[in-house]
Amino acid sequence: MLDKALTGSKGYWIWIFSLLAVIGVGVLSYLHQFDYGLGVTGMSRDVSWGFYISQFTFLVGVAASAVMLIIPYYLHDYKKFGKIVILGEFLAIAAVTMCILFIFVDLGQPMRVMNVILHPTPNSILFWDATVLNGYLFINLIVGWTTLTADRKGVPPPNWVKPFIYLSIPWAVSIHTVTAFLYAGLPGRHFWLTAVMAARFLASAFASGPSLLILLCLIVRKVSKFDPGKEAIQTLGKIVTYAMFANVFLLGLEFFTAFYSQIPGHMHSFVYLYAGLDGYSKLVPLMWISSILAIISLVMLVNPNIRRKENLLATACVMIFISLWIDKGFGLVVGGFVPNMFERVTEYWPSLPETLITLGVWSIGFLILTVLYKIAIAVRERTASWPELH
Amino acid sequence: MSINRRNFLKFAGASTLIGVTGTAVIEKILLTDAEAAVSPGSEALTAKRWAMVIDVSKIKTEDDYKKIIHACHSIHNVPDIGNKKDEVKWIWEEDYEHSFPGVSDEFVPESIEHKSFLLLCNHCAKPACVRVCPTKATFKRPDGIVAMDYHRCIGCRFCMAACPYGARSFNWRDPRPFIKEETKEFPTRMKGVVEKCTFCSERLARGLKPACVEASNGALVFGDLEDPNSEVRKALSAHYTLRRKPEVGTAPSVYYVIGGNEHA
Repeated sequence: MLDKALTGSKGYWIWIFSLLAVIGVGVLSYLHQFDYGLGVTGMSRDVSWGFYISQFTFLVGVAASAVMLIIPYYLHDYKKFGKIVILGEFLAIAAVTMCILFIFVDLGQPMRVMNVILHPTPNSILFWDATVLNGYLFINLIVGWTTLTADRKGVPPPNWVKPFIYLSIPWAVSIHTVTAFLYAGLPGRHFWLTAVMAARFLASAFASGPSLLILLCLIVRKVSKFDPGKEAIQTLGKIVTYAMFANVFLLGLEFFTAFYSQIPGHMHSFVYLYAGLDGYSKLVPLMWISSILAIISLVMLVNPNIRRKENLLATACVMIFISLWIDKGFGLVVGGFVPNMFERVTEYWPSLPETLITLGVWSIGFLILTVLYKIAIAVRERTASWPELH
Repeated sequence: MSINRRNFLKFAGASTLIGVTGTAVIEKILLTDAEAAVSPGSEALTAKRWAMVIDVSKIKTEDDYKKIIHACHSIHNVPDIGNKKDEVKWIWEEDYEHSFPGVSDEFVPESIEHKSFLLLCNHCAKPACVRVCPTKATFKRPDGIVAMDYHRCIGCRFCMAACPYGARSFNWRDPRPFIKEETKEFPTRMKGVVEKCTFCSERLARGLKPACVEASNGALVFGDLEDPNSEVRKALSAHYTLRRKPEVGTAPSVYYVIGGNEHA
C-alpha cells in the first residue's frame, strides 16, 4: 500500500519536501548536539529537563487520544467513526514515534539507550514508559495496517486483530498514566507530586488529541475526496468540550489545594508560572495566553450553535491545541523545576539548536502522519462509493 | 551441507557436554576474579551504613570552606566550568535559609543565619534517585553509599529530577578541558553522564576517610550510623542535629549540628 504515498499533487510534494528540509536542519542540529553534548540546549543543573521531555509528555497525550475513537466505534458500535478510526490510529503511530524520538534526543549518552533493555529495572517508571510506548506503537501498527488492508480488499478485518483492538484501549490509558507517574512519584517536587496528575494528563490528552484530529479531518476533506463526515467531526467536538472542561476542573483543583492550604512548596511553582517569582517571570505571558485561550475556546465550544459551525469549531480547536501545548508541552515540565531544590530560581528557555531539533522531530512526526494519511485517504477514496462494511 | 537428525543430536550432545564443563571452569575463574574485585582489602574501612555529621560552627573562615571543597573536587577530577548552567559540583556552600527550605525559622541566631552550610549527596537510606534510574547506573551499596556507574548511565537525568537535594550534576559538555590538575587516581567523566559525591568509596577501600572529612579539622565527622560507638553516633547523641528535608522519607545520612551561639 506504501506506493500510494508516492503519487500526489504538486502541493503534496511541496509539503513533503518542506518537511524534509526542516528534518534536515533538525538532523544537522542534532549532530551538533551529539558532538558537543546537551549543553547546546537551554537546560541547566537546575532545570535538567526542558523542551524535549515536555514535547514527549504532550505527545503521549495526543497518541493516547486515539482511544476516543476506538471506544465509541468498537465498544459502542458508533458507526459514524468507522471511516475515521484509522485516522486516529495513524495519528497515534506518528505521535508515539515522536515521543520515542524526543526521549532519544534528550539522552546524554544516546548510544547506550539499549541499556534500558540490557539492564531492565522494573522499579524505574522510565523502564515501564519505554515498554508501554513501544507496545502501543506496535499495537497501532498492527491494528491500523490490518484494518486498512481489509478495507482496501472490501472485507471485514480478520478476527485475530480484534483482541489487539480491545487491548489498545487500556493500553492507551496506560501510556499516559505511566507518563504521569514519571512526575507524580518524585519526592521533593511539589508541583508534580499530585494524585490527580494522571487524571489531568488523560483529560488534557482527550482534549488536545481529538482537537488535532478535528483539524486533520477538515484538512483531509479539503485536500481529498474523502469526507470524514460532518457528524463524526461534531461528535469529536463534543468529546473535546467535555475533556477540556474536565482538564480545567482538575487544574482548578490544583490551584485550590495549593492556595487554600497556603503551603509554600505547593504554591511556589504556580506563582512562578502565573505571576513570576523573585522577579523571574519568563513563562508568565505564555501561561496567561494558555489560560485565556482555554477560556475563550470553552465558551465557544459549550455553545452548540458555535460548535456546529465548522469554521468556528476549527478555530476553537486551534486555541485548545495551543493552550494545552503551552500548559503541558512547556509549563508543566519547566514549572516542576522552578524554584529549585534550594528554593532559588533558575529560569529556562530553549536554545536555537534545541528548537531546531524539536521542530525536526515534529516534522518527522508530520511526515509519517502525511504518508500514512495519504495511504488511508487513497483507500478511502476508492471505497467511498462502497456500502458500509461493518 | 545438510545435517541429518542423528548427526545433529550427536553434535548437540557433544556441545552441551563441552558447554557444561566449559562453563563450570570459566565460572570458577570468573568467580575468583570477581570475588577479589569486590571483597574489601585488609585495610579497608567498612560499615553497615556510612553517615556524616557536619558541624559548621567549627569551620571558621572562607578559606576553611574552600579547603574542604577543593580537597574533594581536586581528587575527583570535578571540572570548574565557570558558569552556572554547566556547573558540576560534589560539595558546595549554601546559606541556612536555602539549605533547609521550609525548616528555616524567621528569627535565628546571627551565627546561624549568615553561616554557610556544606551540601553534598545525602547517601539516603531510601534514595529516590536509585528508585527511578532505568539502568541501575546509580545504586545503593550494602554499606549505604549511593554510587554511580558512569559507564552505564544513559544520561536521562531522571535521578536529577528525583533527588530532593539537588545533589546531582550532569555533564552538559565534555568536562575534561575544565579539570585544572587531573589526577590519574580517579576516573574523569565524559559528557552526557550524571555524577555526584561518592562518600569517597575509593578512599574507604584503601583505609582512608573521605577527603572532605580529612580536610575539615574535625568539623566533619564520618562513621557507621549503626555502630553505637562510632564517632557519628557520639556526635549525634551530643548535639541536636537537622537533616535536610526529612519529611520526604528518603532518610538522608548527612546530619547538621545546629549549635547557635554556644558553638560560635
